[in-house]
Amino acid sequence: MSDMDKSEKKVIIDCRIVERVPLHNLYTLLKLTPADGSLLPSAEPGQFVQIAVPSSRSTFLRRPISINFIDKERNELWLLIRRAGDGTNALCDTEAGAVLNLIMPLGNGFGRPADKASRLLLAGGGVGIAPLYYLGYELACMGYAPEYLIGARSKTDLLEVELLSAVGPVHISTDDGSYGEHGLVTHNSVLSKQWDLIYCCGPAPMMKAVAAKAREIGSECEVSLENMMACGLGACLCCVENTVKGNVCVCTEGPVFNINQLTW
Amino acid sequence: MVNLNVNIGKLALKNPVLTASGTFGYGEEFADFISLDRLGGYIVKGTTLEPRQGNPYPRMAETPSGMLNAVGLQNKGVDYFIKEIYPGLSAYGSVPIVNVSGARPEDYAEVCRRLADNTDIQAVEINISCPNVKQGGMAFGTTAAGAASVAKAVRGAFPGTVIVKLSPNVTDITEIARAVEGEGADAVSLINTLMGMAIDVERRRPCLSTVTGGLSGPAVRPVAVRMVWQVAKAVSIPVIGLGGIMNGRDALEFILAGATAIEVGTANFIDPAVTVKIVDYIEDYCIRHNVSDINELIGAVDC
Repeated sequence: MSDMDKSEKKVIIDCRIVERVPLHNLYTLLKLTPADGSLLPSAEPGQFVQIAVPSSRSTFLRRPISINFIDKERNELWLLIRRAGDGTNALCDTEAGAVLNLIMPLGNGFGRPADKASRLLLAGGGVGIAPLYYLGYELACMGYAPEYLIGARSKTDLLEVELLSAVGPVHISTDDGSYGEHGLVTHNSVLSKQWDLIYCCGPAPMMKAVAAKAREIGSECEVSLENMMACGLGACLCCVENTVKGNVCVCTEGPVFNINQLTW
Repeated sequence: MVNLNVNIGKLALKNPVLTASGTFGYGEEFADFISLDRLGGYIVKGTTLEPRQGNPYPRMAETPSGMLNAVGLQNKGVDYFIKEIYPGLSAYGSVPIVNVSGARPEDYAEVCRRLADNTDIQAVEINISCPNVKQGGMAFGTTAAGAASVAKAVRGAFPGTVIVKLSPNVTDITEIARAVEGEGADAVSLINTLMGMAIDVERRRPCLSTVTGGLSGPAVRPVAVRMVWQVAKAVSIPVIGLGGIMNGRDALEFILAGATAIEVGTANFIDPAVTVKIVDYIEDYCIRHNVSDINELIGAVDC
C-alpha cells in the first residue's frame, strides 16, 4: 500500500464556474476552472478543497468539499455539493460565470494496493460517492478493476450512476427498494464476496457499518471522514478524530484513514 | 520609506503584525501561502509542560461573524517543541514567540525555564485566559492575585520578553493588566476569546462537547478595541491588540486605540495569506496619511 503523492504545494486560487448542474433538489455539481486561465493544481482522489462562501451573511468559515473529479483535458475541477446549510446552499445557488475562491489541494488521498489484480470495492452513501468517482476513474486508468457499491434513500437520490458505470460495475441498494437491492448497503449481496480493499465515504453510521463488515470479511478498509473544519490546514485543531495515536486533525492526517488507525 | 519597527519590551519587531496563538500552528502550516519573514513575528500554539490531548470532538461551532472553539490546548508538550519543532523554525526568518499555558504557576515557570535553557526564543506569551481548560488557564486570568502569581513565577524563570495574554471574561480588565505589570511583565496582549455557548436546537444539545467555548472572529472586535483602549491608558508597558482582526483597517483600529502591535487570529482560517496583506495595508496607510513612523499612530485616536 502506498499513499498517493501529497507533496503538491497548496495554493489559494480563484476559479470560475464553467457549468452549474443541479442534479437533484439537494445536490448541485459545479464545474470550475481557474479564472486566470492557469492550469489547475494537481490533486489526488480523496483530497479536498476549502471554498469561500460568496455573499452569505450567516456563514463565516470556508466549506470543505471533496474533489468529485478533475477533468485534465478541460482543466476543470468538479465539486458535488449537498445542501446541508446556509453555506452549502449559497454555493449550490452560485450561478455559472461567478468566481469562487478555493484553497487546494488539501489532505491526503486514498491509498492503492501494489497488486493491480486486487479486488477493490468503492462504497458510497449519498453525496459520499463524490470522491469515489474520481478515485475509481483514476484506478481504472492505472489498470485496476474497481467496482462500486452505492447506497441511497431512494432511486431519485442516486447520483452520477452513469459516470460510475463507465468506470466499473455498479451495485446499488436503496432504503425504500425503489432501485437495486432493498435495504442498507451493508446488506448488499456484493459484500458476501471477497474483497481486498473497501474504500468508503458516506454518513458516519454507514461508514462504521461498512468498516465492521470489512473486518468480518477480512478486507482492508479506508474511510473518508468529514469532521467539521475551520481552517483545513492543521492550524485550528478543530476537526480532530480520536485515533490509536490520540486526537489528530482530519484535515491534515486524513481525511482518508485506514480503519485500523481509528478507534471504531 | 515608512518605519514599521516597533518594540515590545526588549523585543524588536520589524512590523507590528503577529499571529495569534492557536490559529497559526507552528508557522509551517502557512509556509505555502506566505513568506513568514514578512511578519513582525508569529506566536506558536499553546505549549504546556506535559502533552495534552485537548477536548473531545466537536470542538468548533460557526457563529454569526465568528466561531466558538473548545480545543483545550492540544499540544505535544514543551520538550517535544524544543526537540522536534524549534530546530525547524529558523528556516522562516521571522521571530517565533511561544505561547505558554499551565495548571500551576510553577508549571508555567518550568516551561519558560526549559525554553530559556534550550532555545533562543526571545519572547513568551503567557496564557492566563484560556476558557477551555478545567484547571489553570482562565482561572488565573480572572483575578488580579491569580494573574500576578503567574506573572511573578514566569518573570523569575525567563530572562526574555514576557507578554501576558489577558482574558476579557472579567469585570475590570485594567485591574488585571496593572497586576501583571506590577510583577514585571514586559507587555500584555488582549483579548483572548470571549466565553460563549451555542445550542443545536433540533437535537437540544450544546454544539460543543464542552458546552461552552471561546468566541473569536469579527463578532468580538468592538469589545476588544474597547478593552485595548482602556488598558493602554491604564498601564505603561506596551499593549498587543487582538480580537477579530480581518484586514489592515481592523489592525489600525487597534493601533489607534493604543496597541503597539497586533495579532491576527481567526482570519488566518479564512485567508491564509491575510497577514502579509495587513502588513502591506498598514504601510500604504502610513504613506497615504503622511506618517513616517508607525509609532506615531499608537494610541493616536482623537477622543
